[in-house]
Amino acid sequence: MNGDKVFKNILLLSLSVLILLVATVLILLFSNSFATIGKFGLSNLVNKVWNPIEGEYGVLPFLIGTLITSFLSLLISLPFSITIALFLGEYFKTGFLNSFVKSAVELLAGIPSLIYGFWGLFVVVPLVRQLQTFLGIEPYGVGLFTASIILAIMIIPYSASLGQEIIKLIPTDLKEAGFALGATRYEVIRTIIIPYSFSGLMAGVILSLGRALGETMAVTMVIGNSNNLPTSLFAPANTMASLIANEFNEASGEVYLSSLIEIGLILFIVTSIINYIGKLIIKKFAPHSN
Amino acid sequence: MKNQMKIKSIMLSVLMVGLALISFSACGNKEEKVEILGAGATFPYPLYSKMFDAYFKLNTTKVNYQSIGSGGGIKQLINKTVDFGATDAFMTDKELEEAKVPIIHIPTAMGAVAVIYNLPNIKGLQLDANLITKLYNGEIKTWNDSKIKELNPNIALPSTKVLVVGRSDGSGTTFVFSDFLAKASEEWNKFLGNGKTIKWPTGIAGKGNAGVAGMVKQTPGAIGYVELEYALSNKIEIASIKNKAGNFIIPSIESVTAAANTEIPSDTRISIANTEATQGYPISTFTWVIMFKEQNYNNRKKEQAITLLKLASWMITDGQKFHRALNYSPLPSNVVLQSKSLLESATWDNKSLLK
Repeated sequence: MNGDKVFKNILLLSLSVLILLVATVLILLFSNSFATIGKFGLSNLVNKVWNPIEGEYGVLPFLIGTLITSFLSLLISLPFSITIALFLGEYFKTGFLNSFVKSAVELLAGIPSLIYGFWGLFVVVPLVRQLQTFLGIEPYGVGLFTASIILAIMIIPYSASLGQEIIKLIPTDLKEAGFALGATRYEVIRTIIIPYSFSGLMAGVILSLGRALGETMAVTMVIGNSNNLPTSLFAPANTMASLIANEFNEASGEVYLSSLIEIGLILFIVTSIINYIGKLIIKKFAPHSN
Repeated sequence: MKNQMKIKSIMLSVLMVGLALISFSACGNKEEKVEILGAGATFPYPLYSKMFDAYFKLNTTKVNYQSIGSGGGIKQLINKTVDFGATDAFMTDKELEEAKVPIIHIPTAMGAVAVIYNLPNIKGLQLDANLITKLYNGEIKTWNDSKIKELNPNIALPSTKVLVVGRSDGSGTTFVFSDFLAKASEEWNKFLGNGKTIKWPTGIAGKGNAGVAGMVKQTPGAIGYVELEYALSNKIEIASIKNKAGNFIIPSIESVTAAANTEIPSDTRISIANTEATQGYPISTFTWVIMFKEQNYNNRKKEQAITLLKLASWMITDGQKFHRALNYSPLPSNVVLQSKSLLESATWDNKSLLK
């Protein structure tokens, strides 16, 4: 009886600490960016010039940069993460190959982002540069495209490992019913597994998107850090997280500092909105449980 | 009920032991020698850590230096959380005014920003401020542009595209680089200005000196700027830069020290970028240690203040021998003399501390 009460109180306590943390982060971000919001209002969101020397703090290039890299990396990673999930969850549920692939994917999640950044800088950047020379565009090597490739590799483990768990959970009856009706394996995957596990797969996608939105170090190293509005998919650009990492240390003056914190606030809000939309999608496609 | 009593008594004894430990360690601290806290510029960090290590071996005075950036160093000093700050850009009149109490600047070393480029088989490129401006604002697009040829008549320049690399993070390096260009080129001053971060109109930007050096080294046709040390250790070609007297100077320990061969104001707050000195490298700078003139503040001990001043005067005299090995330039003797008298002006209750 007593233990029950204690346990419940512990749960309540840790829950309220968590809620308090999120609330304080939000409040701090908001109050510290007040100087900027008071000065520029919402016009910063559509201003495309970031020039601290002249006192212009437009957020648009970084907002665009963040959204493009996140969604492009998601697009690149999706085929890989779904095939890995199917491979592990449907074709090789146990055995050597399963554990080998599984630990390889988990290893990807454990590599520090700095290592990804360096690998990107020394391996991917020269390759992209060759591609750009071949295509006849400015051979920067770094840029939105390179950053998205690196990000895609970084987020594959998140959607892949969640995806395979979900696929494993699909009731055998359902699949067997499909086979009994004469469906091939591919048809079972297409008409039963994917639709049934769609909301779970989406959850993994949202999780990895969250990672892509906030990733800082690896992106900074390969995106080119150009604070101008990107003109093409190969153009150097910058993201919100990367800009904060770059300029926070030496930011002097109230408005400059509060502009950087405002970017943090925007990142927070964007992440929340995307998470919310993701939840709506999950809800819509959740398997109908009567 | 009994159980609860037991738990209470256990908690109580744990608390007592904890308190005893805390008070014990607090006592221990009092016995220890004074420790000096410093924070600021990243540029002199390798030099400072070498110096402070040597100083600890000599005097067993521990110096804890955090390289958090020049802006951070100034903030920490004003908030009185450190004994000294360190900065690559001297505090402006406005900043000093905002600090309310007088702050003294002690130069400790000199450094240079090297303009580096990646053009296979081409050595000894010569540039001036106008040319650098035209490269950075995208006006000059290929390396065989006639304006570059004018300054380099003896070099067979390729038609490679120019790729400019700036610095993405706020940095003293950018400050010194843009300071020189803003002084020497009207066009730069008008369009790009002078500061720790520049809004680059074209090209890409690398994070940190290492990022810029890496980018230039990888990309044929690239041009960038880094602290001299990074250019030398990465073995990248360095351009010589035209100074105010019209000489093309390659950055070296000597040419940087020579840049201070000009009139220095008594508070040493001067930018020597675009120096008047005929043999001086034009993109040179001092790096400073900053401290309060009146050292009795915040209930500090007098011993703390004396230790700090001793450390600072060691840094500008015996400490100067560590510079060359690490590619920093030592202070010229006139600046050492000026800095000494600045240190002597530091006070405790308005009385000089060092004399």
